[in-house]
Amino acid sequence: MSDTTPSSSKTADKAGFAIAFGLAALSFVVGWDAWRLSSVNAHSAVGPAAFPTIISAGLALLAVATAVEAMRAGPVDRPRDEIVPMAWVLAGLVGQIALLPFLGFSIATGWLFAATAKGFGKGPIWGHFLAGTLMCFIIYLIFAKGLQLSLPAGPLERLI
Amino acid sequence: MDTFAALSQGLMIALQPMNLVFAFVGVMLGTAVGVLPGIGPALTVALLLPITFKLDPAGSLIMFAGIYYGGMYGGSTASILLNTPGESSSIVTALEGNKMARAGRGGPALATAAIGSFVAGTIATIGLALIAPTVVDIAISFGPEDYFALMVLAFTTVSAAFGSSVTKGLTSLFIGLSLGLIGIDLQSGQARLSFGVPDLLDGVEVTTLAVALFAIGETLSVVAAGARADEIIEPVKGSVFMNREDWKRSWKPWLRGTFLGFPIGAMPAGGAEIPTFLSYALEKRLCKKPDEFGNGAIEGVAGPEAANNAAAAGVLVPLLTLGLPTSATAAIMLAGFQQYGLNPGPLLFVTNPDLVWGLIASLFIANAMLLILNLPLVGLWVRLLAIPRPWLYGGILVFATLGTLGANPSLVELGMLLIFGLLGYVLRRYDYPIAPVVVGLILGPLSEQQLRRALAISVGDPVVLFQSPIALTLYALSALALFGPLLFFLATGRKAPVGGDED
Repeated sequence: MSDTTPSSSKTADKAGFAIAFGLAALSFVVGWDAWRLSSVNAHSAVGPAAFPTIISAGLALLAVATAVEAMRAGPVDRPRDEIVPMAWVLAGLVGQIALLPFLGFSIATGWLFAATAKGFGKGPIWGHFLAGTLMCFIIYLIFAKGLQLSLPAGPLERLI
Repeated sequence: MDTFAALSQGLMIALQPMNLVFAFVGVMLGTAVGVLPGIGPALTVALLLPITFKLDPAGSLIMFAGIYYGGMYGGSTASILLNTPGESSSIVTALEGNKMARAGRGGPALATAAIGSFVAGTIATIGLALIAPTVVDIAISFGPEDYFALMVLAFTTVSAAFGSSVTKGLTSLFIGLSLGLIGIDLQSGQARLSFGVPDLLDGVEVTTLAVALFAIGETLSVVAAGARADEIIEPVKGSVFMNREDWKRSWKPWLRGTFLGFPIGAMPAGGAEIPTFLSYALEKRLCKKPDEFGNGAIEGVAGPEAANNAAAAGVLVPLLTLGLPTSATAAIMLAGFQQYGLNPGPLLFVTNPDLVWGLIASLFIANAMLLILNLPLVGLWVRLLAIPRPWLYGGILVFATLGTLGANPSLVELGMLLIFGLLGYVLRRYDYPIAPVVVGLILGPLSEQQLRRALAISVGDPVVLFQSPIALTLYALSALALFGPLLFFLATGRKAPVGGDED
């Protein structure tokens, strides 16, 4: 994401090319799926493959247009992104998914809160983890008991 | 006279004590969430949608109306005091409003925004009530090919109006359309783009996508910006009330803003930011003290705020009568309707008149509640603005994942939230608009349905798409929306003024 250093003397916008490539890949996936479906015998005039085919073609055109624009635009200076804080927030989100099945909503989401706060430069992570877990436990009580939404329960939630 | 009978019937429903409580809770929650920096009405509605799951449809839609208007009011408070417009239609408000707050006139700025929103919201809701039955009458004669053309128009205008270039807008739209393909095709029963993952067979939830793009994407871009983004909250000094001169300078911009905002919002091409820009330009020209513009002119807050709210009520015209969302917020509201098995459109007025008119009536009530509650409570909202960013964004992520888990407790859903969050970050990073993705996801399947219906009637002959005069007119308008900016450029040699992104 932070590959566009100001000192770059290339003649085109690299990020634009990357996006064009991504669009081309998406166009390919959608088109491939449409091709797979086109062999299915449809009982109506227009089968399930028609609309995806249109979208795939549109994506392909946009990939070309994006590449052309990137070529014309030349290098673009974008401010550098802070990788470490971003990694903390992502670690929070991934960690929540990993912890949820074993430790339940409160602990997993408490970790998300602590990691996000850490990403924004606020520690200590343990203190935030405990406070976050407590907050999420209260939220669990309100939502699971009051609004009857089913949230994943863990050891903490089974205490009640 | 029918309209008024229906509307008073709606008012009777909305005034039931329980529904008043729902409206009140909606208004309070909407304002509280909307006032948080970086959270616009679209995200407010998406975050709070799961709370309404267990209510009955009428109560939940009434709460919705409150959240919608509360979110907008909260958004303008944040723009004025913090200069962080939560959505593009508040950019103009931030322009003059923040200058006023810096000059110690934050109180009157908030007051003119609140009262202007009330005036505009009330007039525009009357407009909605008057115009909706007529649009419904016309819409009943629409064939599937006309609906398809209408959706093409919505696609092109949403892509052309948001974002920095038409290519970028269309790219966002096509990403949304591709996501809309995921799941079982209802006509043939075939699974599309689901790659054998059972959770994908039901398709991508609009709320999951919206929460991910807006909340997670926003959090990631703010954290990535690091020290780049610094915010100063302007304290509200002195009286929150407007003096005689403020009133004198405000009432005309309120009305002018309303009459710009409502018709533009009500068009199927929609969008709330264009009228705010127009209103700002108009007030600047009409103002007797033009040198005050740029330094905190009250007209520059009053007009655009009224235009913003009038357009927001206007957007409900195509949403309720045609089932056509023209903004990200409207797309999420449509998802809310669908959650109860209700399909907005001309038929809804016939099958569930109580619900529709109850909703329209509660818009009036939400509006009045906002006016009464918000000025006295401004101190509370200011305190919400002062939440330190680590806790604020930690809380936003907690609630974003809570909402997703509440709607569907599955790890795959959380994984999608993460992936779409990264998508939202990349889109923001490279200046792609967000709203067309959401609109594409919800309108894609609907437009496919209409297209196939039209072609099924004609036994596969595509000429049917271009035969009806209504459809042809709509296609002409779409072409104008797409190539209009280009023509403008060729004719004047200047780039056409385009709005920013919704939310």
